[in-house]
Amino acid sequence: MRTTRPYIVALIVFGVAAFLPLMLSKYYLHMAILVLLWAFLATAWNILGGYGGQHSLGNGLFMGIGAYGAAYLVLTWNISPWLSMGIFFIVAGLAGAFVGYLTFRYGLKGAYFALVTIALTEAAVYVTSNWTALGANNGLSLPIAQSNNFAMLQFTSETGYFYVILVLTLLIMMFTIWLASRRFGYRLISVRENEDAAEALGVGTMSTKMWAIMLSAALTAVGGVFYIVLYNYVNPRSVFGEAVSVQILLYAIVGGLGTVWGPLVGAAILVPVSEIVRGSSLGQQLQGAYLLTYGVILVLTMLFMPTGIVGVAKSIRRRLGGRAPEGPPAGVTPGEPQTELSEQDGAAL
Amino acid sequence: MTFNLDVILQALASGIMVGAVFALISVGLTLIWGVMKIINFAQGEFLMIGLYLTYFLVTRAHINPYVSVLITVPALFLIGAAIFRITIRPILKDAPMNQIMLTLGLSLMLQNLALMLFKADVLRIQTPGQSVFIHLGPVVLSLPEVLAFFGSIIATLALYFYLQRTDMGRSVRAASQSPTAATLMGIDVRFTYLFAFGIGSATLGVASALLLPTYYVSPTVGLFLGLIMFVVVVLGGMGNFLGAFVGGMIIGLTENLGAAILPGSLSRVLTFGVFILVLLLKPQGILSRRRT
Repeated sequence: MRTTRPYIVALIVFGVAAFLPLMLSKYYLHMAILVLLWAFLATAWNILGGYGGQHSLGNGLFMGIGAYGAAYLVLTWNISPWLSMGIFFIVAGLAGAFVGYLTFRYGLKGAYFALVTIALTEAAVYVTSNWTALGANNGLSLPIAQSNNFAMLQFTSETGYFYVILVLTLLIMMFTIWLASRRFGYRLISVRENEDAAEALGVGTMSTKMWAIMLSAALTAVGGVFYIVLYNYVNPRSVFGEAVSVQILLYAIVGGLGTVWGPLVGAAILVPVSEIVRGSSLGQQLQGAYLLTYGVILVLTMLFMPTGIVGVAKSIRRRLGGRAPEGPPAGVTPGEPQTELSEQDGAAL
Repeated sequence: MTFNLDVILQALASGIMVGAVFALISVGLTLIWGVMKIINFAQGEFLMIGLYLTYFLVTRAHINPYVSVLITVPALFLIGAAIFRITIRPILKDAPMNQIMLTLGLSLMLQNLALMLFKADVLRIQTPGQSVFIHLGPVVLSLPEVLAFFGSIIATLALYFYLQRTDMGRSVRAASQSPTAATLMGIDVRFTYLFAFGIGSATLGVASALLLPTYYVSPTVGLFLGLIMFVVVVLGGMGNFLGAFVGGMIIGLTENLGAAILPGSLSRVLTFGVFILVLLLKPQGILSRRRT
């Protein structure tokens, strides 16, 4: 469905959000930046995970490529992070192609893909923690900004970072709207809904998935570059750790898989929750309290609301007779058990 | 880097010992996948529960770790079956990814619950056997290592024959081959799933007792061991029992040879390197007969 309405809605919402720095204190503005950053990362994940139905448990890998890469280039050649966004867009896209090639070419999907992505990301922890040029276990730190320098993406106040990530997130959301309305978006959804049927109808499922993982990986690396300029610090666990990859997909799932607004809605609700839990005295005493909260939320979402908040809102709207754009939400198709390997396995068991 | 023959021999021997344990911890995962096509991402955390249980039985109740299986095995069976009944069974018919996400959520919950309860401390146990060493030429193995090896082999074989020879085992295999046909043959598939999940978790009770004397327990122990399970299971072919055994041996040997040759934690990179190599060459597992 090609209409201009979704773009206008996005522009209005982000236009209103542009006034937030005037209203929010430093603390809440920082939280808004985090919401947008995670929304950006979850939106990138959503291209392959939500629309394509291939859940990567290792998008921290691509995020880390951007974060480490940009930090290294700033420290050694003082190359602008803006340029790094372009460089690592390509590098991570190629890394995504490698991961996709490893897993998709034999039609091995679902659980298998999830296992491979999680294993490769964990491998990245061990590679970087032994790589002295990347600071090994200590990671890399950038000097703290002394003055505003837009060309080097350095700001002395939160406001500068806020507008950069606001624009980036608006762009990735408009890109998702555009992608979902194109033929490619429909191909991707057909892969998610029934890969064999899609293939039978002439959809090149392999190339569709390859493009999706490359796009998803490349965009995730752009988020990783922003991560390093925001925090000025990266270490192996802070990007390749399990928690990061889980957070990325959690926001997309809770918000609504395969929807434009889901990742933003999920991040807008959950990022403040985790910041509040982490900042509270109880949260500081009890390590891991916020991840425990996330685990509980993930389990409850899968049990009671697998289509996420936006998915539920859409089905309510549909029931009330309104029109719901953009096809069926993900995760509602009753899955046949994956019989890919079952004949052989049954015999071997 | 020293290529000392004795060091290599020692690494080979230790690798085989721990390889058997890696196989044992992975058979539960491969069984659950084989039967109901679910990858239980919380399997590593189930093992963590077993290790903590063993730790407390040994340190607080002063029970011999090898005797503690009498408590940990039934306990893990019940924990696994209860978690399956409450969380996984209601969404068994949903999209496969939903089940994966649910078990991922469980893994996060259990891991961080342990972190809150027990703090991040690394805990070990003392057993009399730890000071007993067995000398085989240049190779020295500790008694717990050898016991873990034989214990794992016996437990894996016992489970294998249980599945092959008993009625319940046949039901499990029947349900894994075709749930519909199994139902028509009068098998209660719903109960069989519950039972298989419980067994898949109970194997970790045995593994805990064998592993703890040579290993440690911490809230994140399941993260690494869980990853080992995934790699072993993918290497051996998902759902393939014998494959899990071969995969366990390969990873055990790779880890130990890598640690003997490479500095620091680079041996872990070697493990994942083997994993990627197998994915490139035989993505359906090293034992698959199917042409790729």
